[in-house]
Amino acid sequence: MSGSRRLLIVGGIALALWGMGYGLWYAVFAEHQALNGIGASLATAFDAAARRNPGAVETAFRDYKEAKYSYDRQVDVHGHWIGLAMLLIVVGIAFDRVRFAERQKLVLASAFLAGAAIFPFGVLLQTFDHGAIPRGIAILGSVLVIAALLGITLGLAARQSPEE
Amino acid sequence: MAFSKSTDSEVTVEMQPSTFVALSARRLLVLGGIGLILVGMLFGDIFALFVLHQNAARVSASLAAAAHAALAGDRSAVLASFQDVGSFLENRGTKVDTHVHMIDFGYLALILAILQPWIAFEEKAKRGFARLFLAGGMLLPVAVFLIHYVGLAYSPLQTIGWASIFADLGGLLVILATLGYLLGLVNHFRSYAPAHVKDGLLADRSAAGRLLLAGGIVLVLAGFLHGAYYAGVDLYRHEALDSSILTQMAKAAAANDAGTVDRSLEAYGQLQGNKVVNIAAHAHTIEFGLLAMMLAFFQPYVRLRESWKLRWAYVLILGSVLLPICVLMELRFGLVAGGLADFGGLLVIVALLAMWIGILRYTGQLDAQT
Repeated sequence: MSGSRRLLIVGGIALALWGMGYGLWYAVFAEHQALNGIGASLATAFDAAARRNPGAVETAFRDYKEAKYSYDRQVDVHGHWIGLAMLLIVVGIAFDRVRFAERQKLVLASAFLAGAAIFPFGVLLQTFDHGAIPRGIAILGSVLVIAALLGITLGLAARQSPEE
Repeated sequence: MAFSKSTDSEVTVEMQPSTFVALSARRLLVLGGIGLILVGMLFGDIFALFVLHQNAARVSASLAAAAHAALAGDRSAVLASFQDVGSFLENRGTKVDTHVHMIDFGYLALILAILQPWIAFEEKAKRGFARLFLAGGMLLPVAVFLIHYVGLAYSPLQTIGWASIFADLGGLLVILATLGYLLGLVNHFRSYAPAHVKDGLLADRSAAGRLLLAGGIVLVLAGFLHGAYYAGVDLYRHEALDSSILTQMAKAAAANDAGTVDRSLEAYGQLQGNKVVNIAAHAHTIEFGLLAMMLAFFQPYVRLRESWKLRWAYVLILGSVLLPICVLMELRFGLVAGGLADFGGLLVIVALLAMWIGILRYTGQLDAQT
């Protein structure tokens, strides 16, 4: 098995395990608390509205926005790590059909694996910092994944040489 | 790449029936994996037809009731309405999780089935891991489905019920089995001279296999591009709108402004619809693409005529394209597009079922020979 193929398959399984472990940790230790927080802040906001207290409405919705922002990203991270990991493995299995030189294939495989790991990581960082850096990391990861997959598609579509 | 009917020479690949004998790890994972995907998809179709829209309407009605209770200054009615919203959202969330996890575990089972020849363990150990994986893969979605009905009954914990505990256990079993296979793979690569693996599955270049692989990768790319576009253009705007509309609604209720409350409720419903269809289209395009790519490898096991294998591949690709496009059009064309999307999902299920039956026929033939 070539080095590029091995990188995609082993890296993909490791990333899938990491994504599943992360999901398990989140489900056991954080998800229920997060959902309770979202529900409670929403109910508090409308309760404040019933008490005709716009200031409390504003505060409760700030809590809601923060809790929902974080929850949506945590779930996305879990799903994207595992989804991308499965794609890495499947592409790895078909990698013999990509008609490029091994060196180019290794570059494509490395870019794909790096993108699949750092795109969700950037999304996860957004739960700690809403600034431009985590967003930039997520964008860089997604660009790597899309560019690598485009390259792999071109390699799969390339015409078979007569000696093959 | 042309997908004309293949000649005999194209489909004749060197198969090693020994890797697919009765109760072998590969056979367990292939049949169990496709079974999980089929049940997960059927569950998703039934959920979309009979639960999803009705549930969304109930959530909207409860939110409207909470806003109007706030308008009337009735705090106990606000609380009661939000309890209903929480219950409806939990019902929806656990059903979606059941659907997604069952299908994803099926996908992972298929991937692990392909990798079996590279797992450097005895067949008995590989079979044990396959059983562990399938047990966890079934336990988690079933337990997640039960969360809404079991709740916290007899639970030793304050926030986590028995169903959640069993769901987590299912997840743990899947992780252990996958870890076992990863160790087997590493074992293979670490050996002094790794055995050269020659697997007939990967040598297949039939027309159906090529169509599925090419169609699958194009679908995955389309899903990625759509996801990138949505994240770049709509995601942050939608997130900001979500809380600003709700804030406006609650503030209008506090100010006794019924007109703004009603307008905010309508805007919130439209926003939720917009978010849901975009995320569903993105996820389904990629998942169907991945499925098509995986099924490309299993075509040598599908004991059907080449022309029928090609037809089912076309049906699967057609359904995979139809569903996400029609889901995206649901906001503009309503139930007509929704019905077509469900039909697309049905096409994928029927094509997958046909391939599953083809694989069962192959196993029957193998078993008869032995």
